[in-house]
Amino acid sequence: MASFKKIARRSFLIGSAAIVGGVAFGAYYVSRPAPNPLKPAEGEAAFNPFVMISSEKITLIAPRAEMGQGVHTTWAALIAEELDVTLDQVEVIHGPAATAYYNSALLGEVIPSKGYDKSRFMHSLGEALGHAGKLMDMQVTGGSSSMKDGYERMRAAGASARETLKLAAANRLGIASSQLSTKDGKVIAPGNIEIAYTDLAAEAAGLEPVEALLRHRSEWKLLGKAQPRVDMPGKATGTAEFGIDVRLPGMKFAALKANPHLGGTMNGFDASEALQMPGVEKVVDLGNGYAVVANNTWLAIQAAEAVVADWVPAPIPATQGEIQDAIRAAFDAEPNSTLRDDGDVSALPQGAQEVSAEYEAPFLAHATMEPLNATALFDGGKLQLWSGNQGPLLTRNHCADALGIDAEQVEVNTPLMGGGFGRRGEMDFSVYAARLARQMPGTPVQLTWSREEDMTHDFYRPGAMARMRGAVKDGSAVLLDGQIASQALTPQLMNRWFGMTPAGPDTTLVDGAFNQPYGIPNFRIRGHAAELQVPVGAWRSVGASFNGFFMESFLDEMAHAAGADPLEFRLALTRQEWAPAAAVLEAVKEMSGWTGKTPDGVGRGVAMTYSFGTPVAQVIEVAEEDGLIRLRKAWIAADLGVALDPQNLEAQMFGGMAYGLSAAMFGEITFAEGAAEQGNFPDYDAIRMHTMPQVEVRILEEQTHISGAGEPGTPPAAPALANALFDLTGKRARRPPLMHDFDLLI
Amino acid sequence: MPTDLRINGKTHQVDLPDDVPLLWVLRDEVGLTGTKFGCGVAACGACTVHIDGEAVRSCQVALSDVWGEVTTIEGLGTPEAMTVLQQAWVEHQVAQCGYCQSGQIMQAASLLAANPAPSDAEIDEAMQGNLCRCGTYPRIRAAIHSAAQKMQEA
Repeated sequence: MASFKKIARRSFLIGSAAIVGGVAFGAYYVSRPAPNPLKPAEGEAAFNPFVMISSEKITLIAPRAEMGQGVHTTWAALIAEELDVTLDQVEVIHGPAATAYYNSALLGEVIPSKGYDKSRFMHSLGEALGHAGKLMDMQVTGGSSSMKDGYERMRAAGASARETLKLAAANRLGIASSQLSTKDGKVIAPGNIEIAYTDLAAEAAGLEPVEALLRHRSEWKLLGKAQPRVDMPGKATGTAEFGIDVRLPGMKFAALKANPHLGGTMNGFDASEALQMPGVEKVVDLGNGYAVVANNTWLAIQAAEAVVADWVPAPIPATQGEIQDAIRAAFDAEPNSTLRDDGDVSALPQGAQEVSAEYEAPFLAHATMEPLNATALFDGGKLQLWSGNQGPLLTRNHCADALGIDAEQVEVNTPLMGGGFGRRGEMDFSVYAARLARQMPGTPVQLTWSREEDMTHDFYRPGAMARMRGAVKDGSAVLLDGQIASQALTPQLMNRWFGMTPAGPDTTLVDGAFNQPYGIPNFRIRGHAAELQVPVGAWRSVGASFNGFFMESFLDEMAHAAGADPLEFRLALTRQEWAPAAAVLEAVKEMSGWTGKTPDGVGRGVAMTYSFGTPVAQVIEVAEEDGLIRLRKAWIAADLGVALDPQNLEAQMFGGMAYGLSAAMFGEITFAEGAAEQGNFPDYDAIRMHTMPQVEVRILEEQTHISGAGEPGTPPAAPALANALFDLTGKRARRPPLMHDFDLLI
Repeated sequence: MPTDLRINGKTHQVDLPDDVPLLWVLRDEVGLTGTKFGCGVAACGACTVHIDGEAVRSCQVALSDVWGEVTTIEGLGTPEAMTVLQQAWVEHQVAQCGYCQSGQIMQAASLLAANPAPSDAEIDEAMQGNLCRCGTYPRIRAAIHSAAQKMQEA
């Protein structure tokens, strides 16, 4: 049982030598809790950074990006469970940018262990690393880490606030706290006396926070059950406020145009024609591009097209073929990592049959539904920013640096996000708005990217290639030797976030390959970092998004070569290695009625990927209808350890699958002269109502630790579909998007 | 010259060039931000509104071409008084990021007005222009069926 103070005051020594996965921190003591950023007014009590109660209302702070994953609701439910309030009694807000809101779980992900076999020591190390997050301004939403991060800390925050309120009531009534109970936002005393928390706020404000033990799971009232999302009524009525909906008095509307040749700067521009266009007020130089300021976003976008700019060429190869060559060339260089090397892959086991295949995955855009935007006001040396972002402190620091002002002079407001998927963990869109606002002091301005600007200036999911060699014997896999070549994205990302480029192996390059829970006796995975300057970043499930495809496609090829049923083949390899992985496979087997046989005109494929702590298995069924292939059904099973909200987890699982299927079927970004060739949904489509399969989801809780939800649904989607298409047509798809090789219903 | 527009039962006088799309009149001039910008080329449906009850992509209708009464998501129900369709959206917990949902709901509302009991195939046909990157389609389908049933019972 953890208590709030124990968690807050525990000290940690973080040694850089302990971390070989990506980021080196040096040694720090983390012994002091970060200051509480909440500034309660007279009569209000801020019990800790997550609970604030006034005489009017109870406010819970969920300082994570709400980009669709339901984090505000489940985060608030963790606090509410111990605070004894219902979610309809509270207001849930994102709150300010603050060190107190650091993510204690995200950095734990960089440990290059397989994860599923983590020892107690490794878990402790991950936790310790997480507390270093506070020192690095890691108020970041990503890595499917929010629930891992908040699971104990938020319940502790709720419990401490509850006990402090009880103490306030006890003092008022002159009885012991132990005679009091709590329910639905009230303290209840003997004799049917009820005192609302809001009525106790002023008295509780003067008290030292009280420690409390966490309740046992069997006592939970909210957690483990479906909670109506706190953002649902707003989203069903058009009243939810996204970043693009921010409206300030006197606000101007601006459009961005940056050098399409990625990484290139700008020599200058001629705006004379644009300045004559209706509604246009000015054109502002932003270094590698410009913004047109107008009284209407559309007029600004039109005028931005009329500006003639002198672009500097991109520092990346001129053709797609050269980019692919650069990725392929990485195979010939020393590996960046060998994070799995079981047995001996150098020799073919006696009597085994060798299998080999090469795969390629394209660059991908995030394509969030809400195009990138941010709103800023620079006035009196201070910047106010409204930005749908996944890293408020990083955003604050970057904007401050860009304007040459202190971080304390920057206020970051984080509204709802129309999708994030990793893209909103970048700072570029906020910094552009800050720099624009700096040039028009006193006037608020909203800078919106057109869809084309958004799609052609992404930090893309890197293109990747795999050379897979394996061997099968007696119906099972006896050897798997995989090489993955791609850009290492961690150094790029860390350089953008912190201005430092960590050396050493990049775990993300091989995530979803080296750490798969398959007990193959001779099993090696090497990552090869390609020398390329294409801007790349974290895209929902990151490395597992391509490695899941490589691994699970190749396992299917091995099963086929071994004459084994592909689902039974995986089951046999997981049972001994890690039972939860076998359990999700068993689950989809049962749910889909898998027999290994399908009628003519129907194909089925299976895939299982372990990522962000969660094993997810998917079976996808395709069928030929009127000469086209339709995705008919999908079955998903995932083991989250602790299912905090089964209904929301179901949504994350089929949503993650849909994101993966969209990419698998349609997604492809190619480059010419350093510029992306796809600019809008007609060139970069996604799964739609008529192409989405029917889906059934089962959530398991077999594994010991609570695990991630936002990303793990994505990696198995592409291989499950590709394997189903093989089952249907006999044709092996090794290079998505699959629309090129199959007559898919689109 | 100012243009008069009827939006959600009110008249608005708008002083913008004739070719500004209705979407940007609504969002940046009238202040109705429930209608969303997604692509600008009628490929995603996030900007769907009704003109005289018909679902249209407001990014493709120029101000001077608006031929009738405009209804936006704000003209359906409010959080305190939702329509049956919006209640079904809440009941089925449809939205994830929620950005496309105004357009989805406006498209579904026009479908149900024309076809009170749509089949799955008819839902496919009517809704395929509305993109959702979160993949909420199974719950959109369920909410439409459920609303259709409730509206028929009413």
